[in-house]
Amino acid sequence: MRGFLPAMELQRPASLSEALQMLAAHTGRPFAGGTDLMVVYNAGKLRETRFLDIARLPELQGIRETPEYLDLGALCTFTELLAHPAIHRHFPNLVKSAKATGALAIQNRGTLGGNIANASPAADTPPCLLAYGAELELVSPRGTRVVPYELFHQGYKVMDLAADELVTRIRVPKPSGTSVHYFRKVGTRQAQAIAKLSLALVAQVADGCVANLRIGLGAVAPAPVRACHAEAVLQGQPLANLPVAVALEALLADMSPIDDIRSTAHYRSIVTRNLLAQALRTLSATGN
Amino acid sequence: MAERITLTFTLNGKPQTLAVHPMTRLLDMLREDLGLTGTKEGCGEGECGACAVLLDGRVVNSCLIPALQVEGCDLVTIEGLATASGLHPVQAALLAHNGAQCGFCSPGMAISAADLLRRCPNPNHGDVKDALSGNLCRCTGYTKIVEAVQAAARSEA
Amino acid sequence: MIGQSAIRKEGRAKVLGATQYTADVPVEGLWRGATVRSDVPRGILRGIHFGEGIPWSEFTVVTAADIPGKNRVASIVADQPFLVGIGEEVMHPEQPVVLLAHPDRYLLEAARKAVRLEIEPLPAIFDMEASLRQDELIYGTDNLLKEIRIAKGDPAPIWETAAFVIEGDYRTGAQEQLYLETQAILAFANTDENGLRITIQGSLQCPYYVHGAIAGLFELPADHVRVTALEMGGAFGGKEDYPSLIAGHAALLAWKSGHPVRIVYDREEDMAATTKRHPSRTHIKSAFDANGHLLALDVDFQLDGGAYATMSPVVLSRGTLHAAGVYRCPHVAIHGRALATNTPPPGAFRGFGAPQSLFAIERHMDICAQRMGMDPVELRRRNFLRLGDSMATGQVIREDLDLAGLMDRALVELDYDAKRKRFQTENAASPEVCRGVGFAVFMHGCGFTGSGEAKLASVAGLEALPDGRVSVLAASTEMGQGKHTVFAQVAAEALGLPIELVEVAPSDTSRVPNSGPTVASRSTMVVGKLIQDAAVAFRQGLIQQGLLHEPFTPEAFQAAVRAMLARSGSYKTYAQYHTPPQQKWDDTSYQGDAYPTFTWACYATQVAVDTVTWEVAVEDFVAVQEVGRVINPTLATGQVQGGVAQGIGFGLWEEVRMHNGRMANTQLTNYAIPTLADLPEIRVVFLENPHPAGPGGAKGLGELPMNGPAPALLNAVDFAVGPLRLDEVPMTPERLLDRAEEVARG
Ligand SMILES: Cc1cc2nc3c(=O)[nH]c(=O)nc-3n(C[C@H](O)[C@H](O)[C@H](O)COP(=O)(O)OP(=O)(O)OC[C@H]3O[C@@H](n4cnc5c(N)ncnc54)[C@H](O)[C@@H]3O)c2cc1C
Ligand code: FES
Ligand code: FES
Repeated sequence: MRGFLPAMELQRPASLSEALQMLAAHTGRPFAGGTDLMVVYNAGKLRETRFLDIARLPELQGIRETPEYLDLGALCTFTELLAHPAIHRHFPNLVKSAKATGALAIQNRGTLGGNIANASPAADTPPCLLAYGAELELVSPRGTRVVPYELFHQGYKVMDLAADELVTRIRVPKPSGTSVHYFRKVGTRQAQAIAKLSLALVAQVADGCVANLRIGLGAVAPAPVRACHAEAVLQGQPLANLPVAVALEALLADMSPIDDIRSTAHYRSIVTRNLLAQALRTLSATGN
Repeated sequence: MAERITLTFTLNGKPQTLAVHPMTRLLDMLREDLGLTGTKEGCGEGECGACAVLLDGRVVNSCLIPALQVEGCDLVTIEGLATASGLHPVQAALLAHNGAQCGFCSPGMAISAADLLRRCPNPNHGDVKDALSGNLCRCTGYTKIVEAVQAAARSEA
Repeated sequence: MIGQSAIRKEGRAKVLGATQYTADVPVEGLWRGATVRSDVPRGILRGIHFGEGIPWSEFTVVTAADIPGKNRVASIVADQPFLVGIGEEVMHPEQPVVLLAHPDRYLLEAARKAVRLEIEPLPAIFDMEASLRQDELIYGTDNLLKEIRIAKGDPAPIWETAAFVIEGDYRTGAQEQLYLETQAILAFANTDENGLRITIQGSLQCPYYVHGAIAGLFELPADHVRVTALEMGGAFGGKEDYPSLIAGHAALLAWKSGHPVRIVYDREEDMAATTKRHPSRTHIKSAFDANGHLLALDVDFQLDGGAYATMSPVVLSRGTLHAAGVYRCPHVAIHGRALATNTPPPGAFRGFGAPQSLFAIERHMDICAQRMGMDPVELRRRNFLRLGDSMATGQVIREDLDLAGLMDRALVELDYDAKRKRFQTENAASPEVCRGVGFAVFMHGCGFTGSGEAKLASVAGLEALPDGRVSVLAASTEMGQGKHTVFAQVAAEALGLPIELVEVAPSDTSRVPNSGPTVASRSTMVVGKLIQDAAVAFRQGLIQQGLLHEPFTPEAFQAAVRAMLARSGSYKTYAQYHTPPQQKWDDTSYQGDAYPTFTWACYATQVAVDTVTWEVAVEDFVAVQEVGRVINPTLATGQVQGGVAQGIGFGLWEEVRMHNGRMANTQLTNYAIPTLADLPEIRVVFLENPHPAGPGGAKGLGELPMNGPAPALLNAVDFAVGPLRLDEVPMTPERLLDRAEEVARG
């Protein structure tokens, strides 16, 4: 343990409004499941010393289902996601990514809101949320606003999130009609592994063509990103004759992978394209 | 020094009150404040599962939990797994099948396995994998641990 | 008793979480110790500065200037200082310089960060190539920590005439032992009318190594130092020599502060600073006749030994002695070198040099088979060592060795032939996932190399307990391998008692004789044999005294022991190691019997290579071995499974990334050891061939399983997606992709 305990503060606001007031007064930063923060604290590398335990705020909890979307509390743990039938029915990629997050003890504690707000480029649910076209509800003492998730990450650990704001809920629209879901994470091993890269693809299919397609990428850019260039190539194309080579080429413009402790830029670039090719094979197969 | 708080929770079935700093790691609170050294530190970064305990009936890594978050909770450690009448079936099976070699991973392994059998009395190989893949063991290659868990399931069922 | 799966003696406490490892022992008035390390790879220490904001007067601070005795850790070559002093040379970036102690762990950590070292930098070298080129001279006159040559016949003329001459280069990376319990030592210092006494308790494999280190550090008589090995949370060689250093540090702090001091490394410090498997490079040149008979072998074997000699000479020795593998070859030249670099010294790790050189030769044999258009099974079959053959050192095989039988058994277990055919057909269609099978045949020398055992002259014994039970006295330590249980079984068998009546004394130097270090797969075979001999003497003694008559019941035995104690106060028997007369070894020429015997194995595996991600999944693993008589099948199986798991990690995933002499991935999140989800069921088969050197015919077992997985896996991967240049471990997906692209580029 390299953190300096005597300098630390952890308080528990009694309500959401108190939490927001304290955030606004710079009394502390949000602390949810702690599975990211405690690792940094253990390593003695946590810069902030004052935290607010938001883990029991009811407004940030629970999963609500409407006909159009699923409304997930930011405090939903991966285990809670996995226990909900509607997630399995409508969002198979979220199931896969939640199952691929750490191992059971992490899934029991880590939250969706924390996964988003920690803003790691290698986090696993963000590429899926991007591909599902999720929206975030952000609340501050100044009010509530909703931002499309694809606009939320703006650079390495840079987010459209003010110091006095909390991510309260995540809304994910249910894909309609025939849809194809692909998610794959490539980690250092089969469990308890941070992604070297990941790719989520969701496509709606109509009349033998790609009607609406989104791709989310993990660990190949400073933040989770959508693969807009590749998407543009594929939008509206016939399943029987997808422009795979052009899409793979376009994907290069969506990535800026680096060499780091987990992998190489080259591997990331090649294998991300391999995953897209595999996803597109799955996609064309649904056309038959 | 920031202020201590008075924490109230249930520990291995008994009510417990304790004055601690709210950011004390649950792991340190157990080992140092309460003298319960069965819970081990193998990494301090949530990777190894040697520090696993049951918090409100779920497996968590105690190195990642600040004391404050234990307030009002039901906590079970390895010391609370065996009963007066003897070893928990998972402990008995780990012993019989040589699932504990150096034994350092064993408390966490037993906690995770006991949790699995409670949730899923007849686990298949995939269930065991999902339940125990966050508990690293460097000695056994896991084969005998899986055997032990499956044997414990049979004896429980 | 021998041959039965007795339950692990200390197992119940372990599953209950009741076992006290070093960090768990409650100590009244405990202070904690921390180590300030250099942060440059090489330089001269000019100053030590203590930063602001820390109540330094509350701390105990130790520097090299405080050391009362020798500032060198006793070892093969005593070249490593406990602490670098002002004006002395820093040799690697994790070198201990200042020690701190304080009762409060948080303040201690803050203080550690507040010490600033002023080091005048010197140019450093980080790899074997630079060391060999002597880019900088950092050690002696040639950067060589040790050099060994083994010669048999003369390969030189063969290269001209042989039908095939095949060369290859191979590399293996560093590997972290990753015992789950990090390094931990407790030290007590007391001064009475006879002077200073130091007591050490800790997670350490070799109590008498630590004993020697502390005696030298304080210049104390032997009986003023007491070392006890507590129960260990794994070691695998990683707690062979480094604990001597930590124990020295803890003892200095305890002595200067007047308080008991515990040093527990956190995972990051343990990964960064303590020993690892030596990285290696091997060049092999081999000659075969037209029928695939091996004619000549030339091996250049190099290890990266880090900044000090420490264990490198002996690791090099074992690696060199295994470099020719399990093959008969008339002309052999092996050149081994351990090279100095400005990195933390590597050390012992299960296999001890053999996994490195055996990886090279077993990969090489598959490559040779490919080049000669032969089946790898057939090529090996034609070249296996057999009874009467001589190895590279001239050691003659005196046991009825059947390597072909071992190999065939492993291949049948794996269903090798059928799978080979099936995968060949399936892979031809270029599926996303290609499958392969592969294997390796290998050995491990039991006990210390060469004259090591003779020099040690180990002693083990038995002691009568007041209640009529018997206690085994040996310095060997329990690190999870099952030594408590196996020793008790051996003694119980020889005494004719149930195992419950035999206990194993704690490994405490004040109580047990020096049975040598717990290393080199020697505990069961060498120490076990001594225990067996001492037990026979114990029983004979009771009979000769007329206290016991055969046949006897356990109750009669206990009564006899109590009567013996009543008569003479105490009753102990000892046995000492003597080299068998037929075993000859010459340290200078490296000729003779390198080991009393070997264990032999064939490991076979099935892998699936995903060509989308280049990840390798291990789908099946069969480990067939001959280890003499198996004393406890359940414990032995567990040893093999654990070793195989480490071997799989070594072969596929575990990569130590070095940056300027320093490990960059010092967390479990970025140094990936296998989880349950990464491993198949590991299937273990023992073929028994009792050997007279060990108790009941047992040989050593601990290290063998580490030697085979890496080459077997890469041979299987090559079958699946090759032929590729698979010459290095770990063969990570990144490397595999590079190798595949090499071929695609042509
Ligand atoms: C062993 C281990 C394995 C892991 N494996 C994976 C993995 O495979 N994949 C993966 O993606 N992640 C992984 N993680 C990382 C982590 O578990 C996840 O990112 C998790 O979702 C974080 O959630 P949390 O609630 O624990 O976050 P916390 O640690 O509580 O918070 C993380 C950050 O988010 C902020 N925050 C939290 N909630 C909110 C909110 N509602 N509004 C505003 N800000 C907020 C906090 O201030 C902090 O900056 C792993 C972690 C560990 C320790
Ligand atoms: S010590 Fe908590 S997970 Fe390793
Ligand atoms: S038994 Fe040693 S780590 Fe599992």
